[in-house]
Amino acid sequence: MNVPNNLKYAKSHEWAKLDADGTITIGISDHAQEALGDIVFLELPDVGRVVKAGEEVAVVESVKAASDIYSPVSGEVIAANSATADAPESVNTDAYGSWLFKIKPSSPAEYEALLDAAAYAKVAESE
Amino acid sequence: MTATQTQRTPLYDTHVAAGAKIVDFAGWDMPIHYGSQLEEHHTVRRDAGMFDVSHMLAIDLVGNDAQRWLRHLLANDVAKLTLPGKALYSCMLQDDAGVIDDLIVYFFTPQQYRIVVNAGTAEKDLAWMQKQSAGFDIQLTPRRDLAMIAVQGPNARDKFWAAFPASKAVSESLAVFQAAQWNEWLIARTGYTGEDGFEITLPSLVAARTWLALQTVGVAPIGLGARDTLRLEAGMNLYGQDMDESVGPLESGLGWTVDFKDAARNFIGRKKLEAQNPARKFVGLLLLDRGVMRSHQKVVTPHGAGETTSGSFSPSLNQSIALARVPAAVVIGDEVAVEIRDKQLKAKVVKPNFVRHGKSLLQEKSS
Repeated sequence: MNVPNNLKYAKSHEWAKLDADGTITIGISDHAQEALGDIVFLELPDVGRVVKAGEEVAVVESVKAASDIYSPVSGEVIAANSATADAPESVNTDAYGSWLFKIKPSSPAEYEALLDAAAYAKVAESE
Repeated sequence: MTATQTQRTPLYDTHVAAGAKIVDFAGWDMPIHYGSQLEEHHTVRRDAGMFDVSHMLAIDLVGNDAQRWLRHLLANDVAKLTLPGKALYSCMLQDDAGVIDDLIVYFFTPQQYRIVVNAGTAEKDLAWMQKQSAGFDIQLTPRRDLAMIAVQGPNARDKFWAAFPASKAVSESLAVFQAAQWNEWLIARTGYTGEDGFEITLPSLVAARTWLALQTVGVAPIGLGARDTLRLEAGMNLYGQDMDESVGPLESGLGWTVDFKDAARNFIGRKKLEAQNPARKFVGLLLLDRGVMRSHQKVVTPHGAGETTSGSFSPSLNQSIALARVPAAVVIGDEVAVEIRDKQLKAKVVKPNFVRHGKSLLQEKSS
């Protein structure tokens, strides 16, 4: 299982990366893309939307099912990745390169409270 | 979890060894895909793939009244089968015309047939058949000793013959929906994908060996995931999803399989069907907006609401398609709305078949 050490994770299988400017980039884990199968459609949040941690903000649809994506942190959506939306299969080939959206966090402590790679790997393995 | 024991086909170990992702389908541990469902779909449209369909049940029927009984039991008329090996697709109906199952019946002689039914309905079907057999000289034998492998795709037959050259003599001249016996195998030119190919019924003992021989000549294993997108593109109904006991064949796009021609043939469900004026019809939907339709989504039309019965992303058309039951006044070409996660997305009503033999059947591709 591919679980990079430099990222944080939510139990609901999103990854989060803290960038140098304090924004947080979010995508879905390699485990999640594998469970979903071939991804064919992404519905991403509008820029400017203010979200709470745990709120449904995006949808990933594979050939077989739709899956809700939750924001791991609270804050404002400052970017949605149209390149990924235009090529949804890139999430299958590169789950950690194909980010979905960026959040300007309102409560940075939420990021620190997310799972680290080792803890997330255990969650994913137990499924 | 109080799961009942799932069943396994003779090819289960072969699937696991090939890295298949296994899911519970109708009580059976079946491969959903072996890596990429999309690639498997395209392989069948462009080359050749094989499916383990051993979960379906073959039932042998013999007896002096076999033909008379089937003409009573089934909505389609087996009397039109006169060539040995010829097959017929039919619904088996309740008295109220609800669909108990859809099945294929193969004719050998008027005293000898084989019926192939769905996995999830097999026990229910057998019970119904036994119940309807009173007063008829027939015998039913479920053949759980048999496995079934479907080889499908434009190159399926050639690759099958490459693996089993000796079978070519009996199978080369088969018309569509016709089968031939080859030793202990039944080779049928049927399928559930909209592509050419064979469905092979064979002894379970040789299933794994046969599967591997086909793989050696370049037939790729295909999971049930791609089987579903292939049959949906081909506009083929899935029992339990597109129709069941609560709905009749005329509202399920299966009117063409109901044969009323012989007025003296009083098949089960006939009276009810003749009294019916269907309020709903079965159509295809092509999603014009971006998204993916799924089953049981509401369809909003100027004539009232309908419902999608099957929906998915179509790998061949690269957009979402669905089968739907809508008010009878809706016509091909209408624009309707499908409710997906509290949004109404635009869809076009089309004939319920989208792709055949690798080609789109849509007149113009909408973007």
